[in-house]
Amino acid sequence: MTALLEFDRVNKRFGGLQAVRELSFAMREGEILGLIGPNGAGKSTVFNLINGVFPPTSGRIVFDGVDITGEPPFRVARRGLSRTHQIVQPLTNMTVLENCAVGACFGRENLPLSRAHAAARDAIAVAGLDDRADLPALHLTIAGKKRLELARALAAQPKLLLLDEVLAGLNPTEIEHMIGVIRRIRDRGVTILIIEHLMQAIMSLSDRVVVLNFGEKLAEGLPAEVARHPQVIEAYLGDPKLAAELEGSE
Amino acid sequence: MVRRPFFWIIALAIAVFAAAPVVGNDVQLRESLALACVYITLASNLNLMLGYAGYINFGSIVFFGLGGYICIWLVDSYGAPLALSLIAAGIGVSALSLVFGLGILRLRGPFFALSTIGIVEGVQAFVENFTPWGGSSGIYISPQVFAPLGGPARALWVIYFLLVAAMGLSLYLSYAIKTSKFGLGLIAIGQNEDAAAILGVPTPRYKALAYSASAFLPAITGGLYFFKGAFIQPSDAFDLTLSTEAIVICMLGGQGTVTGVALGAYLYEELRGYLLTTATFSNFQLVIAGALLLVIVLFFPSGLMGWVYSRFPRAKRVLE
Repeated sequence: MTALLEFDRVNKRFGGLQAVRELSFAMREGEILGLIGPNGAGKSTVFNLINGVFPPTSGRIVFDGVDITGEPPFRVARRGLSRTHQIVQPLTNMTVLENCAVGACFGRENLPLSRAHAAARDAIAVAGLDDRADLPALHLTIAGKKRLELARALAAQPKLLLLDEVLAGLNPTEIEHMIGVIRRIRDRGVTILIIEHLMQAIMSLSDRVVVLNFGEKLAEGLPAEVARHPQVIEAYLGDPKLAAELEGSE
Repeated sequence: MVRRPFFWIIALAIAVFAAAPVVGNDVQLRESLALACVYITLASNLNLMLGYAGYINFGSIVFFGLGGYICIWLVDSYGAPLALSLIAAGIGVSALSLVFGLGILRLRGPFFALSTIGIVEGVQAFVENFTPWGGSSGIYISPQVFAPLGGPARALWVIYFLLVAAMGLSLYLSYAIKTSKFGLGLIAIGQNEDAAAILGVPTPRYKALAYSASAFLPAITGGLYFFKGAFIQPSDAFDLTLSTEAIVICMLGGQGTVTGVALGAYLYEELRGYLLTTATFSNFQLVIAGALLLVIVLFFPSGLMGWVYSRFPRAKRVLE
């Protein structure tokens, strides 16, 4: 089986801080991989390394058979890798449709402007923003902006989608809706790497989970296995109530 | 593009500019409109960087001045025809700014703005010490060069129509870019450059292309402007005032809009003409420009067109 994304002993150091240490993992095509870990474990750094916000200090990142280590973000995006941001980054004075058209125009398909609008509308429908397509991104609620992040990434028709805490800050109804959206995206054949703090959500969504702690991989496996892993419970799920909650959610 | 009303609005503006002074053979009106053409060209091209990509370029005057120098030099030293000299000026300055752009566009915000002033100062210092271009005393061309255009009087009309053409092309360029994929990428950069890059916009290439494209027509206009006066010297060619005025115009009219910037340039030129010819204000027209900028930034951050769009939302569909 070929891996869609492969981390090969990747290190990232910011001055004296080792944010990611000797991290290796691989993703299969079509799976949802959850990336979990306590605050500051290096999860967002992993995303930034993948899409080229900064290069790793050492190690190799291979996407779809091509070494993308150190490539700038726009080139990585063109290869079919899209992401959403933990802190939303809308193009504020552009409408929802225009935001998504940017994704469609400059993503994997590299569409001309005329066809980009159709792709953008499609992505907007999947994310459930149809009624707000012509609204400036500025005027969306936080939940709306999170959906916009998702729609915009989706409009690029990526092979791999990186979701950085898309559920954070949403209310239970919105969370339920968003989980539905993510499942629908996967059903379209998109591989998903997801960072999430909501344990129940990520455990139910993910096919497999990688646990990070202090930039190192602590465990990897099926959600149920990882949840029972003694080191994980000790390092991350220290709260026994939370562990019980996970057991219950299976 | 031809099917959209805005295409014909631009065409109408060009026709009015070309015809108005011809109708009454009004030379004074022609001179006033010629200056308006220069302002519209400079401001519209600056708008590609300032309004679309969100980069403040204080040095747009360099394109104008260098274009003037290249054109005058070719005409004076090599007896080159005007058309050829103008095209050489446009291409030469665009190529040079591509090189500059690839360097300074790595900087952002205030650092980029400062570096553009550095470029003006650097180029001016170079020209002041460059003997083939007459150093600090500049280049005079003999009135003989007007002969191929049918003598000085007719030449002024030819130059005027060329200035109108450069203005018209500037408006079409702004419009064409705004409605293209390239423009979408630039506007995305202007909104949030990091987000744009992550969405796949090739930011370094797009910024350098926009910077270079914004140099072409101002360089040709500079060539025409200084050819018209038959004289060029560094202090006129690289006068930072004109760069600053172009920024004021973009803010006044509404940066990022084609109509607003053109209207702003026209209004500003009229206001400036009025202030300069009125005894009371002639010495402090720049004070007024400064005060105007302050008022705009404080009370009308999206300029004239921002106000029009908010009052008449439907205007947005017609006026770019």
